[in-house]
Amino acid sequence: MQRSLNINPDKCTGCMQCELACSYENYGVFNPARSRIKVFDFHQSGRKVPYTCTQCDEAWCMRACPVEAIKVDAATGAKIVLEPVCVGCKVCTIACPFGTINYVQATGKVQKCDLCGGNPACAAACPTGAITYVDADWTGLERMKHWASKLGDQPHL
Amino acid sequence: MGWARRILRVDLTAGTCTEEPLRMDWARAYIGQRGLATKYFTEEVDPKVDPLSPANELIWATGPLTGTMASTGGRYSVITKGALTGAIACSNSGGHWGAELKMAGWDMIVVQGRSPKPVYLYVEDDAAQLLDAEWLWGKSVWETEPALRNRHQDPLIRVSTIGRAGETGCLFAGIVNDLHRAAGRSGVGAVMGSKNFKAIAVRGTKGVSGIRDFKAFMKATVAAKKVLADHPVTGQGLPKYGTQVLMNVINEIGSLPTRNHRDVQFDGAKDISGEAMHEPRKTDGKPNLVTNQACFGCTIACGRISRIDPNHFTVQNRPEYWGASGGLEYEAAWALGAANGVNDLEAITYANFICNEQGMDPISFGATVAAVMEMYEMGVLTKEQLGIEAPFGSAKAVTHFAELTAKGEGFGKEIALGSRRLTAKYGHPELSMSVKSQEFPAYDSRGIQGMGLTYATSNRGACHLRSYTVASEVLGIPVKTDPLATEGKPALVKAFQDATAVFDSAGVCVFTSFAWTLADLQPQLAAACTEEFTLEELGLIGERIWNLERDFNNRAGFTSKDDTLPKRLLTEQAKTGPAKGHTNALDKMLPEYYGLRGWDDGGQLKPETRARLKL
Repeated sequence: MQRSLNINPDKCTGCMQCELACSYENYGVFNPARSRIKVFDFHQSGRKVPYTCTQCDEAWCMRACPVEAIKVDAATGAKIVLEPVCVGCKVCTIACPFGTINYVQATGKVQKCDLCGGNPACAAACPTGAITYVDADWTGLERMKHWASKLGDQPHL
Repeated sequence: MGWARRILRVDLTAGTCTEEPLRMDWARAYIGQRGLATKYFTEEVDPKVDPLSPANELIWATGPLTGTMASTGGRYSVITKGALTGAIACSNSGGHWGAELKMAGWDMIVVQGRSPKPVYLYVEDDAAQLLDAEWLWGKSVWETEPALRNRHQDPLIRVSTIGRAGETGCLFAGIVNDLHRAAGRSGVGAVMGSKNFKAIAVRGTKGVSGIRDFKAFMKATVAAKKVLADHPVTGQGLPKYGTQVLMNVINEIGSLPTRNHRDVQFDGAKDISGEAMHEPRKTDGKPNLVTNQACFGCTIACGRISRIDPNHFTVQNRPEYWGASGGLEYEAAWALGAANGVNDLEAITYANFICNEQGMDPISFGATVAAVMEMYEMGVLTKEQLGIEAPFGSAKAVTHFAELTAKGEGFGKEIALGSRRLTAKYGHPELSMSVKSQEFPAYDSRGIQGMGLTYATSNRGACHLRSYTVASEVLGIPVKTDPLATEGKPALVKAFQDATAVFDSAGVCVFTSFAWTLADLQPQLAAACTEEFTLEELGLIGERIWNLERDFNNRAGFTSKDDTLPKRLLTEQAKTGPAKGHTNALDKMLPEYYGLRGWDDGGQLKPETRARLKL
């Protein structure tokens, strides 16, 4: 079963544990500047929104790559950057509609979320359940349950 | 190693920025942040210095856990000689700025001298430069942050800045980062303004990589986060109600200072409580509270984000105040509310917004207004002088004074002096509810005896964050003690003071100590820094930091006579509630406390104390 990162902004407090965990997992350093998930703070509304790659099936980044440096991890469905192949042309960063693949000055390559091989560090570090890793077919389950509770909480006739 | 192992020294007089290696022998002896910066400060600054002179220094300091995955590891402190107090000042703030400085590869920034014209500091990783701030001078905190992000075309910049209050010399001006997190107390913002120093903008992309043992560190931080999540205060009470969880609790035990400490209970407490912030308003059907919010790395998330009712008189036709921003913490809600007999939640939320917008300590501001209101009711101050009728309970007066004080206009110029100077000027020094010129926070020490000793002996003037014995005396953490008893309180206060110095110096939030003891913090510090940070060693370091601060104050001219409370708390009995009939029995606690500290009768460190603590 493939899983997806499931993000619920209502539960996000903006604590940055996900960004710290991501940078530690991938680079062995606590550094939000190297995180592949970013938390956005919308000050006027008070909302905090974590945002990262959703692993498109028809992945624009993969299709745009001229050297086939992005491949699919069959187990997780993640689109993974092959660093030895990547030439740092950045065409994928133009192609991605969501901005979730980005260039890294330090390596001269691009980087994006790779779902940590099936055990995403961001979800493990999130203290509030704003980021979970669930059945890819049922990211809507919690929301369905919320609305179903309107019926479920009624007494039996 | 936890530390970035280098500091940035900024000489405003010369206009230079230079790098220095961190004194690792001092880091080992004082950890970081509060302790380490105080060591630098006391080595470099004459205790007799005028706080507003160029010879005073101002240090922004992170701790070894700042910028790491340790829960709440985002704190920094500003250390200086306080403009309000003339004592050592250490004002601690959360938000994201401290972590950003660490990410840029710096443990602290030492600022000295005075710039001939307004400047700000721009730090981008290794590069640091002083830049012209004439165009920023006069701007609020809320204007300065977006202006600097625009100027440098970088939305990820974090800003620590003064607003108008710091520029105009308000003696309780604070330094604000991330729009509403503040190094609030003791007038650190006034010192910054006196140096023509507007802001520090930081962008850090280097990260924190120098952890001694990453594997052990991750294990220790995960375990400690679980302790926070499982504790009723840090896992439930604080996320839901913030520190405002205390308003009704403290009122019920008769320790909510009301109307300038005339009373100890406030009948309007429930209207300005954490619970009230959740209630839908009658006017627009929405609650005052929008959401909670975490500071960097914090798994508690006690911060309040509020929205003012757009129909409220304070913000009518002023849409710039209709958005969500930093809401009421308990101390601010008390100082702007109960201290003045005001129960209008929207009005005090607005006054709090103004304090954040212009960089002003809401505790000292609110408590000073309380003294003004008492003098107004006594006929000492008149409507003509104040520009408004100012009886206790007037929300209009509090919000009006907030606007004036933040901008240094009208009677606001007098309020900006703080309560000790203002009451003395008008002939009633006994009405200043302060210690070492700093106003009390929200606990009346007639009903919580240990807090009287806490206030009297706090190195930065009256403060609850130096030894929060409320935890023990009211909440039963780590053990319940009788709030009306004095027995055992000197040892309790000392233990809290020493432990808190370690929490602050590590770079974590003192609120973790509702759930953590030093035994929870120690494995994190040891894994990050050095195995030499044993539990016993940390206890000794805490004591060393406390005594270092004390010794600076002694050399600045403070004596045991300054370790006291206003006459009102020592002689006027609490009128209602469980503490009815009680005064604070400071004289029963202070001599024993001096003995435990190893000080002589004059409050000076004995030679053997100095030797034991290696001071």
